[in-house]
Amino acid sequence: MFKPPTIEEFYPEAIAFAGTPFEINRIMMIRLIVMTVLIVLFWLWTRKFKQAVKAGNVVPGRFQLLGELALNFVRKNIAHDQLGEKDGERFLPLLTTIFFMVLGMNITGIIPFANIAGTSVIGIPLVLALASYVTFIYAGMRRHGVKFFKNSLFPSGVPPAFYVLVTPIELLSTFILRPVTLALRLLMNMIAGHLLLVLCFSATQFFFFQADGLFKLFGAGTLLFGFAFTVFEILVSVLQAYVFTLLTTVYIQLALADEH
Amino acid sequence: MTIQILVAESKNPLLPAIYDITWSSVVFVVLLTFFWFKVLPGFKKMLDERAKAIEGRLAEAEAAQKAAEERTAAVEAEQEKLRAESSSIREEARAEGAAILAEMKAQASAESERLAQIAKSALEAERESAMNALRNEVGGLAIELASRIVAVKLQDDAIANKVVDDFIAELEAKKA
Repeated sequence: MFKPPTIEEFYPEAIAFAGTPFEINRIMMIRLIVMTVLIVLFWLWTRKFKQAVKAGNVVPGRFQLLGELALNFVRKNIAHDQLGEKDGERFLPLLTTIFFMVLGMNITGIIPFANIAGTSVIGIPLVLALASYVTFIYAGMRRHGVKFFKNSLFPSGVPPAFYVLVTPIELLSTFILRPVTLALRLLMNMIAGHLLLVLCFSATQFFFFQADGLFKLFGAGTLLFGFAFTVFEILVSVLQAYVFTLLTTVYIQLALADEH
Repeated sequence: MTIQILVAESKNPLLPAIYDITWSSVVFVVLLTFFWFKVLPGFKKMLDERAKAIEGRLAEAEAAQKAAEERTAAVEAEQEKLRAESSSIREEARAEGAAILAEMKAQASAESERLAQIAKSALEAERESAMNALRNEVGGLAIELASRIVAVKLQDDAIANKVVDDFIAELEAKKA
């Protein structure tokens, strides 16, 4: 009997502290492992940077170069490009954290034995969307004070009568839909990706070992799809991390801009 | 399949469990702190140091090149100076040599002139004194001869002849 994946996939049983706010299940454990791996990896890179400074070495080795490429991708291609150097550096800690956290949590979806993304449960998308939300409002308030809300809700160059129409739309899009879409886009991508992979591989299992005769051949097809979607999931992981970080940057940039 | 997923949906994936929020926040705060205060400052410091080092090395290289250029220019100037100096020395030496030569020539010709003069005047004096002596002697002889002739004349012509002969013989003996 073939059992398709269900939403229960994302609610594995607790393995520690069941019923408390600190309950740990498989996915929470994966998150903690990803966090540890990120810390170890970047700690190693930071140590390399420190050694390079100490030795006065300006030519990075292969490992160090990889770290520089990763950090510079967020720093230059996202932060500096959108915000300019000064503001880019100001918001770099948040942007870097978002990018590598989302990427790390996403990629576990295709890593053997983990096989589920840390971002496929709403907690992380929600927390990060909230951080993004708070940050762009902070950026706008810091730069323009209360005028930030006036600029956002009553854009200049619009005839006053139209504010009846424009203001609710702006309110909805800027202050409600932005964080909601940020969180849901990431969450749904990861949920869908996981379900697709489970579907492909459980179907392969079913066709190979439970189906009769020629139906076994279908297993080859579903296995192939499983491979294809695994590769696709790598792309989605990176892309979603990039999109989440980029949108956060763009929201900050819009909040900092003088005219809305 | 979709229907089955939906039917099986006893939980709403949009509603976060408390533990989910807890661990998401913990992970986020830990990573944010880590990146903010550990990774990025180290990264920036490394980039700054690198930029500084590269700039420093560029400046160093530039300074070195400038110094080398200055040194080359100095050496060239020195060479030019030396060349000029040597040529002036050569010129001077040549001029001096010519002067010395001219002076020597002048000196030599003056000396030869002087020697010639001295010789000439010595010759003159010699001739003069010889002349005088001759003159005196001839005078004396003439007188002596004259007086003997006068004395002898009185005795004998033959004697007179003999006197003359004697005188001549005497003269010849004196000369010898």
